[in-house]
Amino acid sequence: MRRTLLESLTHGPLTETAPSPGDAALAELSASLERTARRRLGRSLAIREVDAGSCNGCELEIHALNNAFYDLERFGLRFVASPRHADVLLVTGPVTKNMREALERTYLATPDPKWVVALGDCAFDGGIFSGSYAVTGGVSRVVPVDLHIRGCPPSPVEILKGLIALLDMQTVKRP
Amino acid sequence: MTALTDILQGERVGHHRPWPRLSVTPQTWRAVAGEFAAGRLALLGIWGDAGATPKMEPMVHMAIMEENSGDIAVVSLACADGTYPSVGAVHPPAIRLERAIHSLYGLLPAGAPDMRPWLDLGFWDVQYPLGACEPAPTDRPDYVFLPVEGESLHQIPVGPVHAGIIEPGHFRFTAGGETIVRLEQRLGYVHKGIESLMTSATIETAAKLAARTSGDSTVAYSIAFARAVEAALNLEAPPRAQHIRALMAEFERLANHFGDVGAICNDASFSIMHAQCGILRESVLRAADACFGHRLMMDRAIPGGVACDLAPDGANLIRRTLQEAAQRFAGLIELYDNTASLQDRTAGTGIVRTEWARQFAAPGYVGRASGRNFDARKTLAYPPYDRLDFSVPVMTAGDVNARIWVRIREVEQSISLIRQILESLPDGPIANPIGGGSGEGLALVEGFRGDVLAWIRLEDMRVARCHLRDPSWLQWPLLEAAIEGNIVADFPLCNKSFNCSYSGHDL
Repeated sequence: MRRTLLESLTHGPLTETAPSPGDAALAELSASLERTARRRLGRSLAIREVDAGSCNGCELEIHALNNAFYDLERFGLRFVASPRHADVLLVTGPVTKNMREALERTYLATPDPKWVVALGDCAFDGGIFSGSYAVTGGVSRVVPVDLHIRGCPPSPVEILKGLIALLDMQTVKRP
Repeated sequence: MTALTDILQGERVGHHRPWPRLSVTPQTWRAVAGEFAAGRLALLGIWGDAGATPKMEPMVHMAIMEENSGDIAVVSLACADGTYPSVGAVHPPAIRLERAIHSLYGLLPAGAPDMRPWLDLGFWDVQYPLGACEPAPTDRPDYVFLPVEGESLHQIPVGPVHAGIIEPGHFRFTAGGETIVRLEQRLGYVHKGIESLMTSATIETAAKLAARTSGDSTVAYSIAFARAVEAALNLEAPPRAQHIRALMAEFERLANHFGDVGAICNDASFSIMHAQCGILRESVLRAADACFGHRLMMDRAIPGGVACDLAPDGANLIRRTLQEAAQRFAGLIELYDNTASLQDRTAGTGIVRTEWARQFAAPGYVGRASGRNFDARKTLAYPPYDRLDFSVPVMTAGDVNARIWVRIREVEQSISLIRQILESLPDGPIANPIGGGSGEGLALVEGFRGDVLAWIRLEDMRVARCHLRDPSWLQWPLLEAAIEGNIVADFPLCNKSFNCSYSGHDL
């Protein structure tokens, strides 16, 4: 263990330069974020992830955000275990009918102010699962969505761009 | 003469490849169930079929295997009155599969020990969506968990929304103090109706759905689906495509095994392994992105071959990545092996007995950590594995530690396999055109988690029926058994060492 730890000290960090926030994400967010709320929360957001029927691909890439290359926590973003501790719900999947109630209850359990980020192509509008008897067809059909991050699944860099846009709203003028 | 040919009497149905499908009588169906119970045959899957043509009688199919020889067959039984003899009555691994058939098709397993719905949690507008598909009744009884009796027991309901970044499912623990007396799972929260969406779909659309059945096994599912289609149409992917498929499959196995080894140790609060293994996983995914244009290699294996060739400098990049990963991983194995406090958590925890693994034909590392010597790559030797040199690590302890070591040894085998594939990569086309036609095909492909089964019936190049059986179906029930008598705090550790798929199971 000592050797592994020493190697970590002598090698430079693997963590990479942060991407700039995505333009599309900034445009979508400028309409939905209140200045006062932003001031209150500062540059730190607690995220509760909710899988509402994803294939697990999005979860794998969300997990990757915690690895040494992306190191999500340096931005003040962290994943929390309960919606009661969360500012942001990060929702994946087309929202299956079997998960609709659980998602609604998670949303209601999250204190205001809160934002919902829908992650992945099927969270956007049901994607390839649209039309099934078992899915509602996108997160916005069930809870209000502030930001969509597209992709199947979006890469960790794409997810980071969206989340950094959430943080950077202070510098963006509202339309 | 194998047990399979001894027992099977029935009319052979045409155009089913590569293994036979037989239409059998209820007597033969029962006899097969008896062979499972006696341990002479393994159950690979049971699924319903109402077909796209309305005239077709509803039926149930069952895929069976003689484990020593790797002989496989599908037996089919028509359910004229909507019932069939329950296999679960004598062979418990069939119980959940039969409950799912009932919820999806309305077909009743006569004599079944458990008739509670499965996958259908009471939120759909319809019932029996793949069968009669009629409006759901409004007065359905509440779901009843199995009774637990005893002094001073308490229950802990967990989920569907869990504390980590994981898939949703419900776990009902009954504990006496710290010790788990019973775990009962309730799954189905991520049921998306994939098999319904596949019915009448084009092969292209169905392939995309198959690739999104379980994201961590997207390559394995794509290969299984492609091989089933190719079997149905009696064609083969070109040799280069088969090699590239195997390359991607081993990449997927490496990425997941790296992730799992780190995550299991993390659930024992040994986070340095998690951080280090996360680096290895990321390096594999980045190499996959550079070589195949997608980190998870989604939609890269397609019926007929593969969608993209290996990137020009891909082979060198892969060799470099593997060399570095192998070196780093060796140090991490040593770290795992020399940390007594970590071994204290993993050794002797969550034991799957060898007889359970045999009974359930437990796929993947769950079976192989409990003495079941089965790996579809070896036993069925589908190309290109028939020409590659590798071993199948098997252990017998059946605990969390054994499931970690099986993964570690499999990582070593995968690295060797990838090197062999790169050395023997044939030139030539990467896909054959899939002409037209109809037929039925079955494929069994070894994903990182275990064997993925894909069965398809094509009618004029449309999917009439496709069934995908995730290895998790035969692993989830063993987690219930393995956790009994362990402390509640060890559940995350056990659960992660199984790493069953929710989405693949719920479909």
